[in-house]
Amino acid sequence: MPQSLTLGAPIPRRRRAPRSLALAFALLAPSLVFLGAFTYWPIIGVTLRALTQQRFGQRASWGMDNFARLFADPHFANTAWNTVAFAAGTILPSLALALFFALALRENGKFTAALRTILVMPLLIPLVAAAALFVFIFLPGGGLLDYYLAKIGVHSTNWLGNPDIALGAIIAITIWKNTGYYMLFFLAGLAGIPEEYHEAAKIDGAGPATRLRRITLPLLGPTIGFVSVIALVNTLVQIDHVIVMTGGGPSDSTNMILYYIYQQAEQNMDLGLASAATVVCVGGLLAIAVVGLRALERGIHYES
Amino acid sequence: MKVKNLGLLLAALATLLWLVPFAWMAVASMRPDVSGVLDLASLFPHGPFGWSNYVNAWKSGRFPLWYVNTILLCGGILAVQAVTVSLAGYAFARLKFRGRGTVFTLFLLQLLLPPAVLVVPNLLMITNLGLFDSLAGIAAPYCASAFGVFLMRQTFRAIPRDFEDAAAVDGATRLQVIWHILIPLARPGLAAFAVVSITSHWNEFLWPLMAVSQPTSQVLTVGLASFTRGAESGGEWGTIAAGTALVAAPLLVGFLFFQRRFVSSLVFSGLK
Repeated sequence: MPQSLTLGAPIPRRRRAPRSLALAFALLAPSLVFLGAFTYWPIIGVTLRALTQQRFGQRASWGMDNFARLFADPHFANTAWNTVAFAAGTILPSLALALFFALALRENGKFTAALRTILVMPLLIPLVAAAALFVFIFLPGGGLLDYYLAKIGVHSTNWLGNPDIALGAIIAITIWKNTGYYMLFFLAGLAGIPEEYHEAAKIDGAGPATRLRRITLPLLGPTIGFVSVIALVNTLVQIDHVIVMTGGGPSDSTNMILYYIYQQAEQNMDLGLASAATVVCVGGLLAIAVVGLRALERGIHYES
Repeated sequence: MKVKNLGLLLAALATLLWLVPFAWMAVASMRPDVSGVLDLASLFPHGPFGWSNYVNAWKSGRFPLWYVNTILLCGGILAVQAVTVSLAGYAFARLKFRGRGTVFTLFLLQLLLPPAVLVVPNLLMITNLGLFDSLAGIAAPYCASAFGVFLMRQTFRAIPRDFEDAAAVDGATRLQVIWHILIPLARPGLAAFAVVSITSHWNEFLWPLMAVSQPTSQVLTVGLASFTRGAESGGEWGTIAAGTALVAAPLLVGFLFFQRRFVSSLVFSGLK
């Protein structure tokens, strides 16, 4: 059977899809050019750069110097720890809240729809815009939070200036920003659970708590896994509010891996260290991918 | 039934908290900046109200420039993406070729590694290409979209092959089939992709901040950040609220008008 290799040729009138490798890659080429330049090559390039060491008075050579320096840097250890604390502090509450909102607002009606709209709104604004609003909310003394807390007798707090509290404030913003997004997934997941299951359980005398634990949560399992992976990636990547609100401070208490990379590259001009940190970050994301791939695949399946 | 009502009540109260930052933005942006106002934080002030904060924000920031840049950026990215994701989506949906699974996995890799993570090597790349300090440099890493390819693959797959077969019988070429038959039928998928693409690039900050240093190529988010820094030192909170509203308004208004489309697109975008 003659195979058409060019776009201009008529499609063979067989129902079978052609096995044309050349045609496929012609169609994929525009994407592959960009992916090659901005995803694949950067990963290779940054790895090579991280493995290149430059000792004083010597020519550049291969070696682990950059990684040795990275892991010896107390700032890096601190940012890694902050990133873990930030992820843990953000993901659990936002997922719990998102699930709660989805369960409470799943029914269609004008009131529930309005509430869902409000919850999704933070998703639509830039994180730096959220930061601009929250700078005032967290302003000590005259800010919105302190203004209303003063009415119930709580004294003013330096929310963003106190190293023990600042990360909590950043976490609060992140929860506010992302919960509505995760709620959308849970709503979609809940809509996929047949009503009959609940009816049957009700007839058998199961209360709301039992039904939640025995029916809803297990059936939402894939969605929960899927949302967890998204949330994890988000906490690693979405740090715009840290950059504009605290600059990683006070006392490095809100510094994150991504901001550390930015600082090393832009402010210290230390590309070796920045590259090594990027490799660690990419490795972490790939590890998340491998671990979460199951959930991710099931999630994709579920959504489509 | 009682549990349900209690849940709804709690959810409604919590949602009020979610509304507070928006409410404050709206209220504070409408109160002319008077230094020494003690209740600037109040969500229910007595007034007076006016538009002077918006005038101040518009004058002290370069909003027209930032709007134009942001619109050019989002539009440009979307235009290129529409081509790359349609072609690749078609290849994955309709063609059988050796290595399809592997290549698809390689595409998906991009979902996990947004340009912000690869900021160091990507900066070198756009510098080498002579794109540093330009909107094209900001856009370049996004011209291929794994999410878009995935979405278009799903969209094409859902279209019955009968249409293509009929066109093929009439002697249409493959490009004609893609352009005249599949793309029009895939319009909902492309629209969903457009919503996600515009939302994410309108809102992005770190990469545009790194890729551009001259003020004339700045986008809204980067402009807002520097604008806010200046206004904060002067305590001009009303102006900040107005500036923030100017940046956030277009997408918020779009969302309120086209809620259903936004929501279904965003749910699909889990893997953005």
